[in-house]
Amino acid sequence: MGKGVTGFDWITILIYLLLVGFGWANIYSASLTESHTSFLEFNQIYSKQGLWIILSFLLIIILLSIEAKFYQRFSSVIYAISLLSLAGLFIFGSTIAGQTAWYQIGSISIQPAEFAKAATALAVAKYLSGIQTNIKDFKHQLRVFLIIALPLILVLLQPDAGSAVVYFSFAFALYREGLHFAYLLLGFFAATLFVATLAFGPLWVIGGVLLIAILVYLKNLKRRPNILKYLFFAAVAIGFSLSVNYVFENVFKQHHRDRFNIVLGKEVDARGIGYNTNQSEIAIGSGGLFGKGWTEGTQTKGHFVPEQHTDYIFSTVGEEWGFLGSTFILALFVLLMLRLLYLAERQRSTFNRVYGYGVIGIIFMHFLVNIGMVIGVFPTVGIPLPFLSYGGSGLWAFTILLFIFIKLDSDRMSF
Amino acid sequence: MRKLLLYIIILTTGIIFLARLFYLQIMDDSFTVRSQDNAIEVVYDYPQRGYISDRNGKLMVSNQPSYDVMAIPRNLKPFDTTEFCEILSIEPEELGRRLDKAKIYSPILPSVIIPQLTKSEYAYLQEKMRKYEGFYIQKRSLRDYQVDHSANVLGYITQVNQKKVNEDPYYISGDLIGRSGVESVYEELLRGEKGVKYIQKDRFNRNIGPYKDGIYDTLPTKGKDISITIDAELQAYGEKLMKNKRGGIVAIEPGSGEILSLVTAPNYDPALLVGRKRSPNYTRLYYDSIAQPLYDRGLLAEYPPGSPFKALTALIGLQEGVVDTDDRFSCNNGYNYGARRPLGCHAHPSPLDMVPGIAHSCNAYFAQVYRKTIEKHPTPQEGIDTWNKHLKSFGLGQFMGNDLSTGRPGKIPDAEYYNRIYNYPTYKWYSTATISNAIGQGEVLMTPIQLANMTATIANRGWYYTPHILKKVEGDPIKEEKFTVKNKTTVDTKHFDPVVEGMHQVYKSGTARSLQIPGIEIAGKTGTAENFTKIDGKRTQLTDHSIFVAFAPVDNPKIAIAVFVENGYWGSRYAGRIASLMVEKYIKREITRTDMEDWILNHSLEDEYAKPLSGEPFIINR
Repeated sequence: MGKGVTGFDWITILIYLLLVGFGWANIYSASLTESHTSFLEFNQIYSKQGLWIILSFLLIIILLSIEAKFYQRFSSVIYAISLLSLAGLFIFGSTIAGQTAWYQIGSISIQPAEFAKAATALAVAKYLSGIQTNIKDFKHQLRVFLIIALPLILVLLQPDAGSAVVYFSFAFALYREGLHFAYLLLGFFAATLFVATLAFGPLWVIGGVLLIAILVYLKNLKRRPNILKYLFFAAVAIGFSLSVNYVFENVFKQHHRDRFNIVLGKEVDARGIGYNTNQSEIAIGSGGLFGKGWTEGTQTKGHFVPEQHTDYIFSTVGEEWGFLGSTFILALFVLLMLRLLYLAERQRSTFNRVYGYGVIGIIFMHFLVNIGMVIGVFPTVGIPLPFLSYGGSGLWAFTILLFIFIKLDSDRMSF
Repeated sequence: MRKLLLYIIILTTGIIFLARLFYLQIMDDSFTVRSQDNAIEVVYDYPQRGYISDRNGKLMVSNQPSYDVMAIPRNLKPFDTTEFCEILSIEPEELGRRLDKAKIYSPILPSVIIPQLTKSEYAYLQEKMRKYEGFYIQKRSLRDYQVDHSANVLGYITQVNQKKVNEDPYYISGDLIGRSGVESVYEELLRGEKGVKYIQKDRFNRNIGPYKDGIYDTLPTKGKDISITIDAELQAYGEKLMKNKRGGIVAIEPGSGEILSLVTAPNYDPALLVGRKRSPNYTRLYYDSIAQPLYDRGLLAEYPPGSPFKALTALIGLQEGVVDTDDRFSCNNGYNYGARRPLGCHAHPSPLDMVPGIAHSCNAYFAQVYRKTIEKHPTPQEGIDTWNKHLKSFGLGQFMGNDLSTGRPGKIPDAEYYNRIYNYPTYKWYSTATISNAIGQGEVLMTPIQLANMTATIANRGWYYTPHILKKVEGDPIKEEKFTVKNKTTVDTKHFDPVVEGMHQVYKSGTARSLQIPGIEIAGKTGTAENFTKIDGKRTQLTDHSIFVAFAPVDNPKIAIAVFVENGYWGSRYAGRIASLMVEKYIKREITRTDMEDWILNHSLEDEYAKPLSGEPFIINR
C-alpha cells in the first residue's frame, strides 16, 4: 500500500480537482435550460455529470487501493479486454450520430474507446519495459507499432477519427525510450504534406516537391549526389500526396472533408459548415478580459455553440470567465503536464516512466486538438477536453489514466 | 534532448494558445458586437409624442397611429412578392431595391421597408403577415394636425437621417424626429423616452426570455404636452389675409414677449407632410424656388425696415440730447445735405417738430436728427458706434436668442463696417455718407420679428422680453430666465412718450388715418422700402415693399405687430390694412370693417410677382 496518503502527488490531485470542479461549473452553465427545477433532477446534464464526478471519487479510492504491481502484471490482460470490447462494438454496439462507439446498458452508454487509451498506455509500457526489448531494433519497433495500431484501427473503423488521432501521441513515449528522431521527423513531414495537399491540392504539392528536390540537388552538385536517391524521395512524397488526395476525395465522407476545409479557410460561410468554429470564436471573443460572469454568457444561454457542454466546453470558459478564466485553465493544463513530466522522469522503472509519458501524451493530444479546435487554430475534430467536458466514460477514463500513474508514482521506491 | 522535447512542445502550445486567446478576447473587439448581434435582440417601445396646444388651450397637434412595415433581412424567407407588392401598392423592383438597402444597412437590424401605412392597408396586411417571415409591423405615432395653418411654426417630423443616428445614440434608423419649428426646438420635450427591451435569443432566433432578467429594460415615457404662445385663431386669420401675397406677419404680446402669431406667406397645410405622401409633397414645396413656401419670411427675410425705423432715430436723438421734442426742422420736399441728389420727401406741412414729424414721416426731419446724433461725437466713427450700441439694446443686428428653429441677425452697421467699405483711413467718410440709415434704408436690415420686437419695446416704453414660442409644459408656465427677465434698452423711458404720441398721431392725423379701428387707441408707423432684384445680371428696381408696425391699445399694449408685404407698394396700402385687421381681430375678436377685410382678401399681388419673371419690360409702383 505504499506510504499511505502522503505518498501520493497532491499537486497533481489538486489540479485534477480544480479542473473537474471548474468543468462542472461550466457544464452547469452550458446545459442550463429555462425550465430547470432542481439540482437533484437526474435527467439534467449537470446533475448527471455531478454523479459521474462523485462516482469517480469512489473510483479513485479503488484505483489507489489496488496494489501497484497489479497494473504492470495485468496490463496485457487489460489491453486484451480493451481490444475485445472495441471489436465487440461491431456486434453489440449501438450507433449514435453515425458512430458505432457505444454500449447501451439501460439508460447508460459506455464508450470503450475512452478506456482503450489507458489500456494501450499500459500495454506499451509493459512491452518497452521488457528486458529483451530494444526500441532501436526494427523488429521490436514493428511490434510496439502493432500494439498501438490495433486499437487505433478499431477506433478508426467506428469511425472515430478524433480518438484515433490520440494514438499518435505514443510517439513521445517511444522517442523518450530511444526511437530514432527520424520517425518523428517523418511523421512531421507526412503531416505537413498531408495538410498542404488538402489546402493547396496535389498539383501544387507535386510542383513544390519537385522544385525543392531540384534545388537541393543543384546545391549539392559538386558533391556528385546520387540522382536516384533524390528521385526516390520525390516519388515517395508525391505518391503520399496523391494517396492523401485519393483518400480525402474517395474514402473520407463529406462531413470529414468539410471539417478540414473550415480550418484551412476554404469555407467562409458562417451559416453553413463553419458555424461551430465561428460561434465558438464569437463566444470566446465576446468574453473580453473578465468574462460575462457565470451563467451570464449570452452565447452560452442561447446555445449558439453546438456541443458546448461536451467538445466545446472551453468556449463557455472563454465567454463567462474571460481571458483570465481561460488563461487559468490553460495554466492548469500546462502545469499538470509539466508536473507529470517531472514525475515521469523521477521514476526508477521503465514501465512507470513509459506509462507516465503515455499519460502525458494522451492528455497533451486532447489538449492540443480540443482547445486548438475551439479557438479556431485546428481542424474540427470531435475529441473531448480532459476532465472538463461532459461525459461519464471520458471522465472515468481520464481519472483511471491519471490515477494509475499517481499510484505507480507513490510506489516508485519499491523497485 | 529526449527529455526536453516534450517540455518544449507543451510550453510552445501553451504560449500559442495564450496568444490566440489574447487576440480573440482582448485585441479584437468585433466579437463582442457579433455576440450582441446574434444573441440579444433589442426591441423598442415607442411613446406617444407630446401634444401641442395654442395659448388658449386649443389643440393644434395630436397623434394618429401609423404602421411601418419593417424587415430584418437575415430572417427573411422566400415569399409571394407579387401578392405583397399588390397589397402595399409598390413596384417589385422598388421593393427589391429597399430590401437590398436594408441588407447593406444591417442584415440583423430592422429597417423600414414601407413607412406609414394607412389604416386600411394595415388592416389588410395584418391578416397576411404570418406569410411574410422576417417582416413585421412597427406601430409608431404620427402627427395628426387639428389645424390647417401654422406649418412654419409647428414644423414637422420625419425619419431621422443617418448623420443624426451616428451622432446621437438615442436614435436608431427609422425613428421619427422633429425637423423644423417647434417640433425640432422642443424635440426632447415632445419625443418622450422610448422604452427598450433586451431579449435573449437562442441559435434558432427564438425568444428565450429577457436578457439578465430584464434589469436593463425600460418602459417608454410619454412625451410632454406643450402649449405654445401662438393664438391659433389670430394665426389662421393672418394666413388668410396673406393669401396671394408674399411676406410675413409677426405679432408679439409686449407684456410677456410671447409670440401671438408668426405668419409667413405663401404657406402650406401641415398635413401635407404626414404619411406616405410626405415625400412627394415635400419635394414639391422644396423645389418651388419662386414662392419658396418653406422659407419662413417672418424669421428669415432681412428687409430694409423703412420708415418705422424713424421711431428709433427719434429715440436715439432724444437720449443723446441732440434734439428736443419742440425742435422744428424744415423740409423742402426733401433734405439737401450737399450730395448730388437730395434725400427726397413727400408733401406735408413744414417745418415740423417731433410728434407731427413722426406722424407725417418727414424724411428731412429724421435726416437732420440722425446727422446731429452722429455729429455730436468728434468723429463719425464714434458717432456710428454710439448709434449702433443703442440699436443693439433693442435686439437688432444680432440673433435674438429666441426659441425658434431658425432666424437671421439682420444688420446694424458699425464704424468698422463703414471704415472697410470706404477704405478708411485712405479715404475719410462723414455722417452724410450714412444718412439713409436715418429713415431705415441705407445699410440697415431687419427681419419682421425684429421689427415686431422693436414695436413691442416702444409699446413697453423701453424694455422687452426676448420673444418666445413656448408657453407651458404639461400645464406649467415656463420659467426660463432667458424669457422671464426684462431686457432694458439704453433709451430712458421718458423719451418714449413723444415717440408713442407721434405713432398714435400716425393714425389720428398722419399716414394711416384711414386705418383707425373704432374704439381702439392704436399707434403705428407706415413704411415703404425700395428694393431691387437682378434680371439677367442687371440691377432692376421692383415695386416698393409695404411695411407697417403697430401696437394697441396705446396705454395698455396687448399686441405689437409688424407686417411686411413684398412689393405691396406703400405702407398703408397692404401692410397697414393687414396690421389694422389683425389688431382688431385680436382685441375685439371680430371684424367691424368688412369692406377693408374684403379688399385685402380680394387683392392679389401675384401679377406683381410675375413681373420680373415675364422677361418683358415692366412698370413698377403702379
